[in-house]
Amino acid sequence: MLRGDARGRVPDWGGGHSGRSGRRRRRPCCRGDAGLSICRGFQTEKDSLRSLTVSTMIHSLFLINSSGDIFLEKHWKSVVSRSVCDYFFEAQERATEAENVPPVIPTPHHYLLSVYRHKIFFVAVIQTEVPPLFVIEFLHRVVDTFQDYFGVCSEPVIKDNVVVVYEVLEEMLDNGFPLATESNILKELIKPPTILRTVVNTITGSTNVGDQLPTGQLSVVPWRRTGVKYTNNEAYFDVIEEIDAIIDKSGSTITAEIQGVIDACVKLTGMPDLTLSFMNPRLLDDVSFHPCVRFKRWESERILSFIPPDGNFRLLSYHVSAQNLVAIPVYVKHNISFRDSSSLGRFEITVGPKQTMGKTIEGVTVTSQMPRGVLNMSLTPSQGTHTFDPVTKMLSWDVGKINPQKLPSLKGTMSLQAGASKPDENPTINLQFKIQQLAISGLKVNRLDMYGEKYKPFKGIKYMTKAGKFQVRT
Amino acid sequence: MSSNSFAYNEQSGGGEATELGQEATSTISPSGAFGLFSSDMKKNEDLKQMLESNKDSAKLDAMKRIVGMIAKGKNASELFPAVVKNVASKNIEIKKLVYVYLVRYAEEQQDLALLSISTFQRALKDPNQLIRASALRVLSSIRVPIIVPIMMLAIKEASADLSPYVRKNAAHAIQKLYSLDPEQKEMLIEIIEKLLKDKSTLVAGSVVMAFEEVCPDRIDLIHKNYRKLCNLLVDVEEWGQVVIIHMLTRYARTQFVSPWRQGDVLEDNEKDFYDSDEEQKEKADKRKRPYAMDPDHRLLIRNTKPLLQSRNAAVVMAVAQLYWHIAPKSEAGIISKSLVRLLRSSREVQYIVLQNIATMSIQRKGMFEPYLKSFYVRSTDATMIKILKLEILTNLANEANISTLLREFQTYVKSQDKQFAAATIQTIGRCATSITEVSDTCLNGLVCLLSNRDEIVVAESVVVIKKLLQMQPMQHGEIIKHMAKLLDSITVPVARASILWLIGENCERVPKIAPDVLRKTAKSFTSEDDLVKLQILNLGAKLYLTNSKQTKLLTQYILNLGKYDQNYDIRDRTRFIRQLIVPNEKSGALSKYAKKIFLAQKPAPLLESPFKDRDHFQLGTLSHTLNTKATGYLELSNWPEVAPDPSVRNVEVIELAKEWTPAGKAKKENPDKKFYSESEEEEDSSESSSDSESESGSESGEDEEDDRSGDSAEDSGESGSEPEAGKGRAATRSRARGRGDSKDVDKEKENSKTSESSSGESSSIEESSSDSESESESEINLVSTPVALPTPALSPSLIADLEGLNLSATSSVISVSTPVFVPGKTHVLLHRMSGKGLAAHYFFPRQPCIFGDKMVSVQITLNNTTDQKIENIHVGGKKLPMGMQMHVFNPIESLEPAGSITVSMGIDFCDSTQTASFQLCTKDDCFSVNIQPPVGELLLPVAMSEKDFKKEQGMLSGMNETSTTIIAAPQNFASSVILQKIVNVANVGVVPSGQDNIHRFAAKTVHSGSLMLVTVELKEGSTAQLIINTEKTVIGSVLLRELKPVLSQG
Repeated sequence: MLRGDARGRVPDWGGGHSGRSGRRRRRPCCRGDAGLSICRGFQTEKDSLRSLTVSTMIHSLFLINSSGDIFLEKHWKSVVSRSVCDYFFEAQERATEAENVPPVIPTPHHYLLSVYRHKIFFVAVIQTEVPPLFVIEFLHRVVDTFQDYFGVCSEPVIKDNVVVVYEVLEEMLDNGFPLATESNILKELIKPPTILRTVVNTITGSTNVGDQLPTGQLSVVPWRRTGVKYTNNEAYFDVIEEIDAIIDKSGSTITAEIQGVIDACVKLTGMPDLTLSFMNPRLLDDVSFHPCVRFKRWESERILSFIPPDGNFRLLSYHVSAQNLVAIPVYVKHNISFRDSSSLGRFEITVGPKQTMGKTIEGVTVTSQMPRGVLNMSLTPSQGTHTFDPVTKMLSWDVGKINPQKLPSLKGTMSLQAGASKPDENPTINLQFKIQQLAISGLKVNRLDMYGEKYKPFKGIKYMTKAGKFQVRT
Repeated sequence: MSSNSFAYNEQSGGGEATELGQEATSTISPSGAFGLFSSDMKKNEDLKQMLESNKDSAKLDAMKRIVGMIAKGKNASELFPAVVKNVASKNIEIKKLVYVYLVRYAEEQQDLALLSISTFQRALKDPNQLIRASALRVLSSIRVPIIVPIMMLAIKEASADLSPYVRKNAAHAIQKLYSLDPEQKEMLIEIIEKLLKDKSTLVAGSVVMAFEEVCPDRIDLIHKNYRKLCNLLVDVEEWGQVVIIHMLTRYARTQFVSPWRQGDVLEDNEKDFYDSDEEQKEKADKRKRPYAMDPDHRLLIRNTKPLLQSRNAAVVMAVAQLYWHIAPKSEAGIISKSLVRLLRSSREVQYIVLQNIATMSIQRKGMFEPYLKSFYVRSTDATMIKILKLEILTNLANEANISTLLREFQTYVKSQDKQFAAATIQTIGRCATSITEVSDTCLNGLVCLLSNRDEIVVAESVVVIKKLLQMQPMQHGEIIKHMAKLLDSITVPVARASILWLIGENCERVPKIAPDVLRKTAKSFTSEDDLVKLQILNLGAKLYLTNSKQTKLLTQYILNLGKYDQNYDIRDRTRFIRQLIVPNEKSGALSKYAKKIFLAQKPAPLLESPFKDRDHFQLGTLSHTLNTKATGYLELSNWPEVAPDPSVRNVEVIELAKEWTPAGKAKKENPDKKFYSESEEEEDSSESSSDSESESGSESGEDEEDDRSGDSAEDSGESGSEPEAGKGRAATRSRARGRGDSKDVDKEKENSKTSESSSGESSSIEESSSDSESESESEINLVSTPVALPTPALSPSLIADLEGLNLSATSSVISVSTPVFVPGKTHVLLHRMSGKGLAAHYFFPRQPCIFGDKMVSVQITLNNTTDQKIENIHVGGKKLPMGMQMHVFNPIESLEPAGSITVSMGIDFCDSTQTASFQLCTKDDCFSVNIQPPVGELLLPVAMSEKDFKKEQGMLSGMNETSTTIIAAPQNFASSVILQKIVNVANVGVVPSGQDNIHRFAAKTVHSGSLMLVTVELKEGSTAQLIINTEKTVIGSVLLRELKPVLSQG
């Protein structure tokens, strides 16, 4: 104690954790006595230690829904008891919000790495050192694959298709090491269920499991399946740019950057070899490619040259260099004030177009997390609809299109908790919008050429600008 | 097994009852939670029936439901015998699901799992590479220690397979075998060594993974493959890239000298050295003798660069850590852009990447400074992300950007996320200490926060201000007074304690206020938190020593209160202080020094980044994320003082010329030893990617420049001549592949020859079925190369054609094939009446026996029909005729009432129908039982062509031929009927026949391997000729006798 004092520290200092004493306890745990379950976890953990030799990468996968039920488990090596998830539940409880559950949780004998998507936790169990991003990236790939297979990735869908899910997982990992993660290959190995196929299968007794070799896996272009045939050959490219921005109180831009992607939907017969060139490729500052793109060609000529996968894929994602000033297409005028004396606050926001290059701004939605002191809001929008959830304090206003002649606005009052002091900060406004036929960076595709096949494909390019993480501080 | 499954049931029945109840709506378990156990039993019964039915659809349905059970974590282990029977199913989906089941439960039911092994062994020799690969996958996933030798042999063979896909699976299997039986390490290392030499991009990642797993310390295995791995890297699949890059990072740290100059190291230690890297380098250059980078070192750095553009975050991170750990510091800058890009992706990726950036930004601020704004916090970020961003912002703060940052921090302080607001306040404190110019501004800002409404913010501010004041106590009397006033309003204990401590420390500077504060707190002492009470005691003691006139009584009052406090810490402290400060006759020498003890100059606390000590972990690793050493973490070694001999990485010139260069270019390879590796690597890079551009010369060393420009000129010439530039890469590459392969074939031929001979030697020890057949099988594989050709244009139909070709080329070879039909007929071994309740049936599964290749496998099902446990069932004395042998099953410890268990045995009947008699014993009794094999079960089916059949038949004429005439109704001579009847009786294989009226069947005897050829020739009218040719005339005639009535019956 004296020593602690002598170093000039208040005893039991605890490194500044002072503010967390009032932590909320979330949902009563449905797994009964927490202490008991931990105990159980310990025992099995110890058991598994006995059989612990070396092991590889991903050991097991658990899928956990938002109410904390494990609804699917898959093991690639010896079975790891479910009870290992108790450590996860513990961390989940501590985190209070799903978003805050740490992606890496150490337990005495395992490490739990998780991703949270579509309200499902995908928890991978590993035993030894492994690059955490390796596991996380793989888990995301699993989710993407499910989405690709079933359209949506949700608990009921996964439960309905549990056999396909299992077959897919079996192919994706061997002994915990990724084997086939390319969706083109997987779909050749295990055909995704469609209503038609289910009907056909029940009549003819054929199966979802492909009996042919996934030739792609063995070829130089592992991402493309062979023997592709279409009657209409078409290739569509969507250039989608998102603006990430933080706008401060006075309306000046604190930070703004453009992140773009080119998503492609290519349905071409045979083995087409495509090249895509830009009018102004220097705009692209930092790019990442689908494995099909030839990097050298890009380095030297700034041309995208590739043999595309079949179907939908993301060809490229890019970042527009920070030197270029980013045109901010919308502005928000706001007047949000709380008064100390009264229990009413004023609320007024107006959204208007700024630099839109003559295009219409559509799909505008405004959301804002109001301070806890706000009890309710009575607002009138000049257009669109608005909702305020008094529990989560989330205000959302679906504006729709912005008409420059008549700017949409939302006005009204907020009723505050009586007696409580006024909130000392104003809420942040998050904006969503879409602008069709415009790439805000000015990026333009020059031409698309095809080699290696004789026919003439139909080509289409679409541009779109969206709000990414677009925040206005008030 | 039984205890295991018991525990499992208990868990699923008890702990998860609620969950199961919720899931009950799903298709699989319509039952409620409580009826679960019994209804499960019943359901499993109908699953069993479905599995045993003849219809594939029913079986498939059952398997799907079973997989559903496994997915839910329910126990389906008791279905094992029923499921495992279907392992040889023709339906590929059933088969796959059975594999899923096997891999899950084989460990628990080792004995039964053995039944499936032979199916895989056969599949390992399938001409289809995917079937070979999947057989190896499942075989190696069955964690049954008995089959280790079989696995070993399979891996050995697969590692020499012509298909890279099979070799890839072999590499995976190495790790599985190693975890099953670490004793095999030496043998496995040999295989790894062999596979490391593999040139296929498909194999590279997997074998390096195996290397990391089995023998990460055998760095010597990498030398010869280093350059190849570097060159292949771009084309390896993304997961393999991660593993290879991590391995090569470790390799480089042991093999090359540090590219960081002494000055750089200094920079690391010097905190306030903000010169840019370039300047630093110039200075260092002047000081040091020039440093020349090993060309191999350069090769690695250059070849990984394109991977920074990967879409896979793990790959980008792997490259980033490679640059961080082994590239010259001036070059590491390029990774920051890519890392910042990753911040766009999911929360989890952000979390890991930010952690790594935090560590990097402590050491080299310059790298991330241009991206400062990318780390600005958004209100929608998760708290953990916010705090990590804040950490990085703090690390990046300097005189130039601090004012912007402080403005940004002001917004954060007001955040609704209070945890984040508190972290921001600490951050401001850290900035104040590290950048002295702004410390006053920060302090003022923090003081302003003291009037904030939110208590948490105020408390955190107090704590931070306390730390700041401690560093420069002189000038801040005003602030202390302000804080003393706060004591009235603030309630958070830590903050109150901090204020009290601060006043105590500075009591001589605020002589008027301090006693007053003590007076107030004395009043509220009893209601204070323990933390605050201790500080009140401290304050009292300090004041007593400095200002005893005013505070003597107050302090004594407080000490009295403390004496009777409930907390013993406080009582202890009270006693201690009283002894020390209140002079009495007993007090020792210490009280003289009381003032020195209490009012000593205390060193200021250091406000440090929590990421400060993380840099000793390799970046991008789990250990780095957790900041503790994870199991299996491999330490990154320090640079060696002197580089080990670089020539170990040289590959022999001859081999190289053969591997990499078409004849025309070979002469370039040979010149001047000094440039040798340079030119080779040049050659490699242009060769492996076959892309006709020069490297962007900017990052390459000066001395390479000449060499390079010459090369690129040549290359661009090439590209000019290519009419369709777009086509270039793929075309050339596949050409290169083609070349490589044709050479591979030769080499592989040698390889497989050697491996064959070695496996031949070892086969006798290993009890496996690698006899003459298996060798000739791999001959077939050799012929089937076209399947392995990785040309993308090869359509499946073409492959099928090729396969057809291959089959006809199998020629004059006897190979065991799968049984055409497995009759489900069981024979009674022991009736339950005579066995006192123990019943036993046997059945011939028609699988090659795993216990010995001359044995017939027999499957025995034991049933307990009593109402008591039967214990210790085993085979007692054996009465076997001369030469016969028997491999008994492992004793069964106990059999539950109404339980049943299936075990397998192997019996060598010496190609005779003599009875094998033995005793089946339980704990109390012994029962004599016999197994007499039907002659048809002494055979194994053989696949051969019609031509071979005729040839063999020709050699087995005369004495070796027996024949008879059969008369039956014409409908019995339909080919399907004949086929069905014959395979029902005898385990023979069907020989494709060119004539409609002749049916041919071939088999060999299990013991001696003599051929047994059966011909049914349909004649005019309702007669047929049945002919059997075999050396074993006795068996031949017995078989003839058995077949005749079967065929003639209606």
